[in-house]
Amino acid sequence: MERGMNERIKRLRKESLATPAHIDLERAKIMTATYEEYEGSLSIPELRGQVLKDYFSKKTLYIGEGELIVGEKGDSPQASPTFPELCCHTVEDMHVMNDRELISFKVTDEDIKIQAETMIPYWDKRSIRNHILKEMSPAWKDCYESGIFTEFMEQRGPGHTVGSFKIYEKGFLDYQKDIDEAIEKLDYLTDPEALAKKNELRGMRLACDAVIILGERYAKYARELAAKETDPVRKAELLQIAANCDVVPAHKPETYWQAIQMYWFVHLGVTSELNPWDAFSPGRLDQHLYPFYEKDVDAGKLDDEQALELLECLWVKFNNQPAPPKVGITLKESSTYTDFANLNIGGITPAGENGVNEVSYLILDCMDEMQLLQPSSNVQISKKTPTKFLKRACEISRKGWGQPAFYNTEAIVSELLNAGKSLADARCGGTSGCVETGAFGNEAYILTGYFNIPKILELTLNNGYDHINKKQLGLKLGYGTDFKSYEELFAAFKQQIEYFVDVKVTGSNQIEKIYAEKMPAPFLSVITNDCIEKGKDYNAGGARYNTKYIQGVGIGTITDSLSALKYNVYDQQNFTMAEMMEALENNFVGYESILNMVQNKTPKYGNDDEYADEIMKSVFELYRSTVTGRPNMSGGSYRINMLPTTCHVYFGDVMMASANGRLAHKPVSEGISPEKGADTNGPTAVIKSASKMDHLQTGGTLLNQKFTPSVVAGDEGLVHMGNLVRSYFNMDGHHIQFNVIDRQTLIDAQNHPEDYKDLIVRVAGYSDHFRNLSKALQDEIIGRTEQSFN
Amino acid sequence: MSLITGIQKYSIHDGDGIRTTVFFKGCHLNCQWCHNPETKGFRPQILIDEEKCVACGSCIEACVQKANKIVDQHIVCDRSVCTSCGKCINSCPLNIREIAGKEWEVGALFKELKKDEMFYEESGGGVTLSGGEVMANDMDFVCELAHKLYRYGINVVVDTCGMAPWHNYERILPFVDTFLYDVKVIDEKKHKEYIGASNKEILTNLEKLNEKGAKLFIRIPVIKEVNGNEKDLGEIINYLKDKQISPSKINLLPYHHTGSSKYSRLGEAYQGEDFTAPTEVEMQRFVELFQSNGFNNVKIGG
Repeated sequence: MERGMNERIKRLRKESLATPAHIDLERAKIMTATYEEYEGSLSIPELRGQVLKDYFSKKTLYIGEGELIVGEKGDSPQASPTFPELCCHTVEDMHVMNDRELISFKVTDEDIKIQAETMIPYWDKRSIRNHILKEMSPAWKDCYESGIFTEFMEQRGPGHTVGSFKIYEKGFLDYQKDIDEAIEKLDYLTDPEALAKKNELRGMRLACDAVIILGERYAKYARELAAKETDPVRKAELLQIAANCDVVPAHKPETYWQAIQMYWFVHLGVTSELNPWDAFSPGRLDQHLYPFYEKDVDAGKLDDEQALELLECLWVKFNNQPAPPKVGITLKESSTYTDFANLNIGGITPAGENGVNEVSYLILDCMDEMQLLQPSSNVQISKKTPTKFLKRACEISRKGWGQPAFYNTEAIVSELLNAGKSLADARCGGTSGCVETGAFGNEAYILTGYFNIPKILELTLNNGYDHINKKQLGLKLGYGTDFKSYEELFAAFKQQIEYFVDVKVTGSNQIEKIYAEKMPAPFLSVITNDCIEKGKDYNAGGARYNTKYIQGVGIGTITDSLSALKYNVYDQQNFTMAEMMEALENNFVGYESILNMVQNKTPKYGNDDEYADEIMKSVFELYRSTVTGRPNMSGGSYRINMLPTTCHVYFGDVMMASANGRLAHKPVSEGISPEKGADTNGPTAVIKSASKMDHLQTGGTLLNQKFTPSVVAGDEGLVHMGNLVRSYFNMDGHHIQFNVIDRQTLIDAQNHPEDYKDLIVRVAGYSDHFRNLSKALQDEIIGRTEQSFN
Repeated sequence: MSLITGIQKYSIHDGDGIRTTVFFKGCHLNCQWCHNPETKGFRPQILIDEEKCVACGSCIEACVQKANKIVDQHIVCDRSVCTSCGKCINSCPLNIREIAGKEWEVGALFKELKKDEMFYEESGGGVTLSGGEVMANDMDFVCELAHKLYRYGINVVVDTCGMAPWHNYERILPFVDTFLYDVKVIDEKKHKEYIGASNKEILTNLEKLNEKGAKLFIRIPVIKEVNGNEKDLGEIINYLKDKQISPSKINLLPYHHTGSSKYSRLGEAYQGEDFTAPTEVEMQRFVELFQSNGFNNVKIGG
């Protein structure tokens, strides 16, 4: 279906969707030449600044027909530049990404030749990935390969972030003045780090040059195209684009149009410098744009249709950027083109007042009209948010493609305050990536990897031995049959959790130092508050706050598994631990009555059942207290959040059957949602169970609810949906999202993907095309309990 | 103690807002179209999804009464022997047996019902007492529960067929926000034919509730073969006008047969095989019929 407010947008949107993703080696070639020329003569931060400067000075420019916002990360829409300095793809990787059925990237023979002859010889041993794998211990490697945890930084740079709002108040020439002042102030007499700071600040200065040059080049290019343009309307547009690029990014934006163009240049800077996880996010876009909107509208220079059209042009730009291709385990973790750029509209202002403004409603209209995966457009709901805004957001969410998701402003503010942020910084915060809380513009809140909690119970029952990967991974604390009480079992589980978190953090702390020393991000540092003042890089603790996260996965599965053992083995004595262990080894084949007991006759999380929910709370608290507060290497500490992306599929795949009746290799539960099919008491019971987790002690949790369309039909349906959101948020829930598609439609879409090319579903903190999901993930989504009552 | 067949959370069609509906077991009427047959009897009953049974024999071993036998490779339960003790339920590896009717204490039930108070609060919802027929149950229990809910500030709705002693209504009235009151057909002969009882007491109770100023939602199941015509619905309209009953809402509930599969699971025959729902066009015409008689708050569905 064609979407977009007018012919221009329809065409741009259609082209964006129809263009296949392709690998673009231009950045890799320019970057390699920069290293060949400057490595050894420039400090590392300066070298990194020079890399961006050379790329933006030489890269191919692109202005598509009818575009109003300009700039591409690669040579054209759907180009994916590579970052061999981080992770150098093998020739085989390139074949895989070209040939694979899902999430493929076109690779030319020429690309493969360059990769084989230039990139691999130069980068294979120098890449960050290689440095990381070299430093990791055998225990870390065993855990990593067995799916105990994943490691985010092994193929992509630290990311998930939102920049400072100051980009709407300052141009990069202004930033350079700040940098020069900071260099002036350096104290070489007493500060042992003064030289390092000088180098870092010089690197930032080069990074500013880079984006200023890119703006100048686009201004010139737009004028060249205008000179050749015969259509007077388009000619005027090109001249306006040129005029915009004369102003931004060198100077602060003066108009609404320039403000959007400013954001986009910054986006290109961050995502070309490194390939940070979750790209880069505009954050509170409605509040950032509002002053410009108001000024232009008052001056009679802008109307709502024009304002909306520019937003839709920006949406196309986001959609033009596929997530950088990964390989191996990291691909399984996150199999999608979606690059997790996320925006939060609504919420509150820095002064704590209702933040919904006219642009918020325009953005809702834009997301509704465009129905694009990127940017992932979500809303923050505060107790001050008008109900009409919530209702309009529900109306869009009800259409079934998963956007917007709902974030709880008061929970976000509390989470940030609990983590030591100031009230002013907390109010400017929000969520990015999937659901990750951050103090926007002031914090490096970096996810380090997922942690497979249910797998730890599997190992606890087997004396630390992994029957899937045939390795001794954990501590030797005995077998399931050795634990005479639930308390003994839980104590062993606790010891194993502590051991594996130690292994994980031991690795992550080294990886953090590798990035700090070898791969600074001077551009991102410029637009993150305090990095310039401190003369310190974003990747080395330059931001005001520095937090590392380990994301817990499978709380539903682990709770139900522990409940199955506690209830049936220890409390009711329905069967013995030995019988249960046999059932697990045999994937419940021949143990159907045990399977029936644990599947159907045992208290389960998601039903507002005290027995099960108390277990959930104990596991959550164990995980939280084991991780939270550990120091990281950049002056901050570790915290947890509870989200899976698509990792619950991978984590399930590396597991035997679990005690709750989940069969071997099937996905574990996602986010903080109950295990598939476990919740039988409707959405309020799920919400109640989920709210018993202490969300305010996390950096984000993810709750998925699936409804049949009939439940949310009509005006009443919308009101009830809004009521569910408000109730959950009154109980401090962090995030909720809805999939409103009936099961039959999904099954039909699985069997006839050709008829459902447009079908978008909520996966986990983001939406994706159903046809692009693996069969296992499709099955998982089909199987999520569908709430349909009366 | 009272027998409850189910507690339905996120109930959004049984009164205002998000509600929890409690289904009490036992009803003195015998509506041929009843879609909750497991709530009719006043004693617990076993439901068996026989189609899925593979005759493994686990229930034969589990049954103390020896009620289960294999006949033609199928398990047959002799319900005259079955005491609904529930021992066979846990033994069934396919989980195709369930028991309708679990005994609850007032305190435990109240605790369960207040679990969703945050949702009631936000949505203007509450608890709906339904059935079966809640008003035909142990009124000491029902009134104690309703009083507790009322005192705690939870909105109480009673969903009733009207077939219960007036005294019961009088007792519960102070605690109830709204009665969802079923009116099926005015013609007494027809009422006896399809419902198995006279409607005299039902209508008298309705009139008395109206006199007492109770808030009423009139709910009319519309079945083409029974009352789905302008004559029968016209009689209801005339009755309401005649008795000066002005309900806050009138819900026309088109017949559906989603409950029919439960009959075979209870080992009973469904008497409503031939019933059908009026078409959408007909339903719309009925809505207009009510509207043209001054009942503007009429709606299709709950």
